[in-house]
Amino acid sequence: MATTADTFQAHQEHGRAHHDADHKPGFFARWFMSTNHKDIGTLYLIFAITAGIVGGAISGIMRAELAAPGIQYLGWWVQLMGGEANFDANLHMWNVLITAHGLIMVFFMVMPAMIGGFGNWFVPLMIGAPDMAFPRMNNISFWLTVAGFTSLMLSTFVPGGTGQGAGIGWTAYAPLSTSGSTGPAVDFAIFSLHLAGAGSILGAINFITTIFNMRAPGMTLHKMPLFVWSMLVTAFLLLLALPVLAAAITMLITDRNFGTTFFDAGGGGDPILYQHLFWFFGHPEVYIMILPGFGMVSQIVATFSRKPVFGYLGMAYAMVAIGVVGFVVWAHHMYTVGLDVNTKMYFTAATMVIAVPTGVKIFSWIATMWGGSIEFKSPMVWAIGMIFLFTVGGVTGVYLANGGIDDVVHDTYFVVAHFHYVLSMGAVFSLFAAFYYWFPKMSGRMHSELLSHLHFWVFFVGVNLIFFPMHFLGLQGMPRRYPDYTPAYTEFNHLATVGYMIMAASMAIFFVNVLYALLAGKKAPDNPWGPGATTLEWTLSSPPPYHQFETLPVIEDNKAAHDREHGRPSHA
Amino acid sequence: MAGAKNHDYHILAPDIWPLIGAASALTFTSGMVLFMHDMASAKLVLGLGIAGLIATFFSWFSNIIKEAHAGDHTPVVQLHLRYGMILFIASEVMFFVGWFWSWFDFALFPNQLSEVVAGQWPPKAIEAVMDPFALPLLNTLILLCSGTTVTWAHHSLIHGDRDGLKKGLWATIALGVLFSAIQAYEYAHAPFGFGGNTYGSAFYMATGFHGFHVLVGTIFLTVCLVRAYKGHFTPRQHFGFEAAAWYWHFVDVVWLFLFVVVYVWGGWGAAYH
Repeated sequence: MATTADTFQAHQEHGRAHHDADHKPGFFARWFMSTNHKDIGTLYLIFAITAGIVGGAISGIMRAELAAPGIQYLGWWVQLMGGEANFDANLHMWNVLITAHGLIMVFFMVMPAMIGGFGNWFVPLMIGAPDMAFPRMNNISFWLTVAGFTSLMLSTFVPGGTGQGAGIGWTAYAPLSTSGSTGPAVDFAIFSLHLAGAGSILGAINFITTIFNMRAPGMTLHKMPLFVWSMLVTAFLLLLALPVLAAAITMLITDRNFGTTFFDAGGGGDPILYQHLFWFFGHPEVYIMILPGFGMVSQIVATFSRKPVFGYLGMAYAMVAIGVVGFVVWAHHMYTVGLDVNTKMYFTAATMVIAVPTGVKIFSWIATMWGGSIEFKSPMVWAIGMIFLFTVGGVTGVYLANGGIDDVVHDTYFVVAHFHYVLSMGAVFSLFAAFYYWFPKMSGRMHSELLSHLHFWVFFVGVNLIFFPMHFLGLQGMPRRYPDYTPAYTEFNHLATVGYMIMAASMAIFFVNVLYALLAGKKAPDNPWGPGATTLEWTLSSPPPYHQFETLPVIEDNKAAHDREHGRPSHA
Repeated sequence: MAGAKNHDYHILAPDIWPLIGAASALTFTSGMVLFMHDMASAKLVLGLGIAGLIATFFSWFSNIIKEAHAGDHTPVVQLHLRYGMILFIASEVMFFVGWFWSWFDFALFPNQLSEVVAGQWPPKAIEAVMDPFALPLLNTLILLCSGTTVTWAHHSLIHGDRDGLKKGLWATIALGVLFSAIQAYEYAHAPFGFGGNTYGSAFYMATGFHGFHVLVGTIFLTVCLVRAYKGHFTPRQHFGFEAAAWYWHFVDVVWLFLFVVVYVWGGWGAAYH
């Protein structure tokens, strides 16, 4: 796509001509010792779907508990895990559930799917590279993610605070995560972040090197597809933000086990310091989760509008701007800890600045569709859904950016509604859009358009029913992270739980669709999406050969393509 | 792997070490949890994890060296390695940002309510700090000096002087070991402990992680020395050496910041030990 939908001429033989390029290693070597970016991408996607099922099931437990006031099921879960149900243990179980849900969805579902899965699959294909720069390191990035997930799962079997498991919230604020829960579960959970973080840093190094150093001849940075731009910015955010988290959680480990007092006020330490360090990572982290989605939506909207994306360079540099400014807004997560007024004013102003490049993106997507010959294929409806729902979450984000307003709604369900609109809808809708967009390319099979559309509409109704009422609950004062509430909040909570059931039903449609495609789907052509799909992956077979681009494609510049079309010799 | 490869990139065969490495990392962290909570078989699990990690590093880097000698490291792949090392060092810089951040927080805003700190820096509980202009200054000079000896080795290598390469590396490693020995001596004789207050916590964690990086850098340079004796490296291709030198300079620069911020500024006004 890039700016050059009309002039993208990839001169390369179709990989399937090379039979030796399709020689695959045996099962164990292929899937456990992989150095192939597509296989590692597939592993990441399977892993992310598995983790997503676990994290999604946990939200089901939470919605069941919250369907009515009072403590319903928590004691049952405590007993299932081998504990003794009592008031403290029940509430601890709630903390464990919210912690696991947050950590799994952030670190083991969205990030592996977007970066590890689609990034691994399509960054090399889109830039015309045969593989990633460091194929072996690519594999350890994946296995470290699995190791992190395993560590988090181990934590549920050992004591944490007043029961089994780590009940510290995904933010792991001290002192709850230090003197508040002394059991080994919290150490397992913290090390899970160390492991997954190490994998992500290595992955970031891999992506940046690949994108800077392996673009096909002629593909300048300003011709790079926007998905690749989004992965480049994301990788820089990972590289610079994650080590700060590593330092912060290492301080948690030493405070917990070796007598340091980083966050222990008795020894002069500062619990607020932990929040600063965490959110210095945490805010870039939320852009890490959404920027790849921006890239995917840009590809899809352009493809199905049969137009190059509107304002390509503006779109690319808007992501760069979001990435840069994203590093200097972190304390808007901490408005109620006692920051002084000037600090709050700065963070309010800086945070609102981010609405500008984000607005550039939203309006450019709309301008791309404007006057295009739009086809409402399954990836497109998911992408349009993402644009709409992400905008809803973005607008509540502008509310929350205000220190004054946040004082009132901080830690209420308004915040929960906001970040689920940008993540469960922004990030997850772009993931499903990307899944339906690239599934034929990855598997060689077409999914059912009917089931995909059905999945979309049921999911759309379900998630909106879950999260839209949460705005009202928050404005009415219902706090986050509580398993119980006053009966005044019953109606909206009940509605949200009904929404969860509808959403869960839509996931059944999704899995049926995938099974149908794999077992009985039509064979996918090289390019199922027509002339709007101009990036290099569509020049390859579906699925692509095991090693693609054995001869590198050459990207002509606009002038050469123009000259060739008009019968003049091209000057390479 | 494939026969029809018409490009200079390095396509690797499947490899078991990433899986072993990740499993060892998980074994190591799990062993740490068992160890920290005095649980059963902590030392066994921890030992297994560390052994697995060492084996992984050893095999992995041995393989890279073998591939370099097999000619897999074409100019573009060497450029990959350069990008990779620079980015890795960038992430390490951000890791130290976290530790310096906590140091500045504690030093600029000493806790008023805590009895051990009592609103002053260094904290009230710290009776004396290390004299920055005694052993720490000597260590600064040692590391700066080691920066020049590694450059001596590098220039010797570029000009085909193998003898100079070995001498320069020997000198750099010796200075690195001397630095670590002096750090160990200082830790053993420090007038303040590790836990209980922010000064000790932030001091030992920041300088301790730096010390760990010095050890890693020393091992890295030692590997280069062994390779120099084996006849590895050419004046045109010696990225393994350059990566070690970059890493060493990075460790050096972190120390300069530690010296100025932690030892000199951070202990200003306190009694010297």
